[in-house]
Amino acid sequence: MPMMTEIDYGTPPSASTRQVSLTIDGMEVSVPEGTSIMRAAAVAGVGVPKLCATDSMDAFGSCRLCLVQVEGRRGFPASCTTPVEAGMKVSTQNDKLADLRRGVMELYISDHPLDCLTCAANGDCELQDMAGAVGLREVRYGYEGDNHLGMAKDPSNPYFTFDPAKCIVCSRCVRACDEIQGTLALTIDGRGFASKVSAGQTADSFMESECVSCGACVQACPTASLMENTVIKAGTPDREVTTTCAYCGVGCSFNAEIRGSEVVRMTPNKDGHANHGHSCVKGRFAWGYATHADRITKPMIRQKITDPWQEVSWDEAIGYAASEFKRLQSTYGRDSVGAISSSRCTNEETYLMQKLVRAAFGNNNIDTCARVCHSPTGYGLKQTMGESAGTQDFDSVRQTDVVFVIGANPTDGHPVFASHMKQRLREGARLIVADPRQIDLVRSPHIEADYHLKLRPGTNVALLTALAHVIVTEGLVAEEFVTSRCEVPSFEHWREFVARPEHSPEATADITGVPAAEIRGAARLYATGGNAAIYYGLGVTEHSQGSTAVIGIANLAMATGNIGREGVGVNPLRGQNNVQGSCDMGSFPHEFPGYRHVLDNAVRGSFEAEWGVTLDAEPGLRIPNMFDQAIAGAFKGLYLEGEDIAQSDPDTQHVTASLQAMECIVVQDIFLNETAKFAHVFLPGSSFLEKNGTFTNAERRISPVRKVMEPLGGKEDWEVTVALSNALGYPMHYKHPSEIMDEIARLTPTFAGVSYEKIDRMGSIQWPCNAEAPDGTPVMHEAVFVRGKGRFLPTEYIATEERVNGKYPLILTTGRILSQYNVGAQTRRTANVDWHEEDRLEIHPHDAEERGIREGEWVGIVSRAGETTLRATITERVQPGVVYTTFHHPESGANVITTDNSDWATNCPEYKVTAVQVMPVFGTSEWQQRFHQFSDQQLQLLQQRVPAKAAATTR
Amino acid sequence: MNRVDNLVRMANQIAAFYQSMHDREEGLQGTFSHIRRSWPPGMRTALLDHIDHHGAEGLDPFVLEAITANRVEFTPRASATPRP
Repeated sequence: MPMMTEIDYGTPPSASTRQVSLTIDGMEVSVPEGTSIMRAAAVAGVGVPKLCATDSMDAFGSCRLCLVQVEGRRGFPASCTTPVEAGMKVSTQNDKLADLRRGVMELYISDHPLDCLTCAANGDCELQDMAGAVGLREVRYGYEGDNHLGMAKDPSNPYFTFDPAKCIVCSRCVRACDEIQGTLALTIDGRGFASKVSAGQTADSFMESECVSCGACVQACPTASLMENTVIKAGTPDREVTTTCAYCGVGCSFNAEIRGSEVVRMTPNKDGHANHGHSCVKGRFAWGYATHADRITKPMIRQKITDPWQEVSWDEAIGYAASEFKRLQSTYGRDSVGAISSSRCTNEETYLMQKLVRAAFGNNNIDTCARVCHSPTGYGLKQTMGESAGTQDFDSVRQTDVVFVIGANPTDGHPVFASHMKQRLREGARLIVADPRQIDLVRSPHIEADYHLKLRPGTNVALLTALAHVIVTEGLVAEEFVTSRCEVPSFEHWREFVARPEHSPEATADITGVPAAEIRGAARLYATGGNAAIYYGLGVTEHSQGSTAVIGIANLAMATGNIGREGVGVNPLRGQNNVQGSCDMGSFPHEFPGYRHVLDNAVRGSFEAEWGVTLDAEPGLRIPNMFDQAIAGAFKGLYLEGEDIAQSDPDTQHVTASLQAMECIVVQDIFLNETAKFAHVFLPGSSFLEKNGTFTNAERRISPVRKVMEPLGGKEDWEVTVALSNALGYPMHYKHPSEIMDEIARLTPTFAGVSYEKIDRMGSIQWPCNAEAPDGTPVMHEAVFVRGKGRFLPTEYIATEERVNGKYPLILTTGRILSQYNVGAQTRRTANVDWHEEDRLEIHPHDAEERGIREGEWVGIVSRAGETTLRATITERVQPGVVYTTFHHPESGANVITTDNSDWATNCPEYKVTAVQVMPVFGTSEWQQRFHQFSDQQLQLLQQRVPAKAAATTR
Repeated sequence: MNRVDNLVRMANQIAAFYQSMHDREEGLQGTFSHIRRSWPPGMRTALLDHIDHHGAEGLDPFVLEAITANRVEFTPRASATPRP
């Protein structure tokens, strides 16, 4: 249950536009038709007592506390389930109603432990409040009768405890799991007095059940029956700060609830525009990493990576880093240094990083981790529609009739949006999934995909072109839209291209592995099923043809007219919290903020005028270029913030060889991550709870990140970059991140109307936000495309060079899991490891049997890049010939196997297709042995670090 | 794979996309423009060196044609400080 500072209207709002007027306790009220009496009363400022009702879920009508009297009607209807009618005269309070309510409360309280003073919900309990509201003064039934007070607690979930003794069986938790989360893990087991909340009928505990620990049940519970363990331990919070989650690209708004300087819990913000009060196991519960013992809070330096670290002052660390970068540039040239920022950074931080590189380093060697995830999205959507961003807001899905998910696993990667999508699917929207694996969305409670196009990894482009072939050859093109909104010659060329017989589903079935009839059915459904929206993820972008596939998606949407209104669109699901923002902020080596090329003299001139420095007019190095140049001896110094390339980037051995070839690596992070083990300077970073800034989520929504506690290392991350820039000789003078945003707004047309004042006032803003759209832009390309007319481009399928053969007969594809996040640096330092303590290799039973592999046994996975070992999970989720793993644990070495293949346009790595062989093994791989040896050595060097005073004396 | 081989492979992959354009000239311009706008000077210089001194070995003729037609614009200007 959240702190009770938000008004709970009891039932959800009605979407009706027709108003109905009635009288409640003598007051005239006008509300939309379909509104409940309870909600109408709340709108009028009258609180009707309630227990089973809450405005995040449909009315249930079980507690009988909210009874009211309606003039001219018999009985006492429940106000939550009774809709308003014109002219109704409602009384919410009189002697009879008071008697009835007291009677109900007496029954509840007669079977409830009277331990309020020692209860974790004391002062924050709806049952307690209702006892007061109804004037309960006695319980005539006594407490000696049959009751549930002796029922055992279920402490199995690491984040919350279920205490059935405190349960009033209001079903709010069950309904939250059903209606909000859509997992349907909970039920009311038994009947009558034996009724009890149960986590599934076959599971003994929450942890053994299908519960995904999203926290919706805990949020909904009106008592302490489902209670966060942190509140049980620390007590109830006394203040809250609204901020934005630092995990995935959904960008949920949370209230950080605090006691003193300690975060007690994170509760999803009901007014959050991206999440509407919902959460997942990561954002809701997995924030303990922020104060984990592994946090490094003092700056450190060392000359060689075989030296122990020396703790130094901030000034000394910054001064040392700056002097090293200057030395390298003077010795090896201006372009011998660069920086990599992260999507885990705020907009303001990534903006400063690229500014430091361009203005202080004097080159354009800035890149960001979007290089390895969604850079093809930026390229493909810019080429076709004119802007490097998704077209919709998340709420658009409520108007969608056909959901097409390709190369994304929303229930694991973007769980809160997945819940909203599932709500729409349960309402009847149709579903197409294109994925090599059977992701959970294909078949889940009350949802079944109309089509699961189980394609071979690496064949997205062939599939998308085959879908287009059907649309074009069966006359399903939205001709009027295409004629009026798109470049007709480009469309005509594209139409001719996709209509060729070699692009038909029948001709490409051998490539994709998908039966032609399924592709034809899916294409017809997408083109004719009403509002159709495409949602895609890294399963589209992380291929050698990632950009071509994005273009193929845009082609489909334009050809069917599914662009420019609610319910449709092209929606890239961004992996990390600020992928969109880091790209917006000019983190690519060829683009200034707002996706404007460094070759553009006018744009470059505007930055030169504002920054007071001459800027380089040539594109800089991309991340893989930096690695190649390092190994060639020409790239010597790297400044990284929040990014762990030694774990996250492909072909690990190539990455670590390049790191070892550099002379100065500066890592700014909250932990000694894998990359920091190769570093010479460590600058303590600040967690999202320790700084101010903004994140921009997958729907272009700029949301506030607000400081909840002081930075453990003494500086917010933006302050560190400012200090480094000053030491490099390029002064920066910001006093607060709001001033950085003001500068961004001055220089970036799509951000011209953005300010902290507006974000505070509106809660969040979707860019473009400028004079034409002062309140932001939920849906893009409404009247015209950003580039004017939509542009079709041909999408020739070119098979990846990474092909199976006798030596490497299987295709490895990689992905994520719900409980872990990216390289796991955060989630591995939380109880989320209880769900996923190791990365496993999924293999089809047929492939496993052929190789003599048994469940849970160690297997070696070998590619042309390297070898590692994992334990096997035998499952039919993957198709024969395909194996799958996650990359959340560094020792797994998933990226030791992935290769240097990359997208033709952006060099986004081809994580999703690696030819491998898998065989049973008895020991770890040679790489893993070296990894452990090196990692242990580095942790020893960290433990042996020389404290600041001693270090100063030594030097 | 050495550095030049990698550059040749990347250039060929870029050309493979643009070769499917309906208008060949548009494809050539796209290939040139894409490399010009995304490759830093050092990589472009290395590719030109491969063309000039190693017979453009392995390079798709489409790339060669695209670069040759725009040679001046493709060639990085001399830099004030050494570039890799």
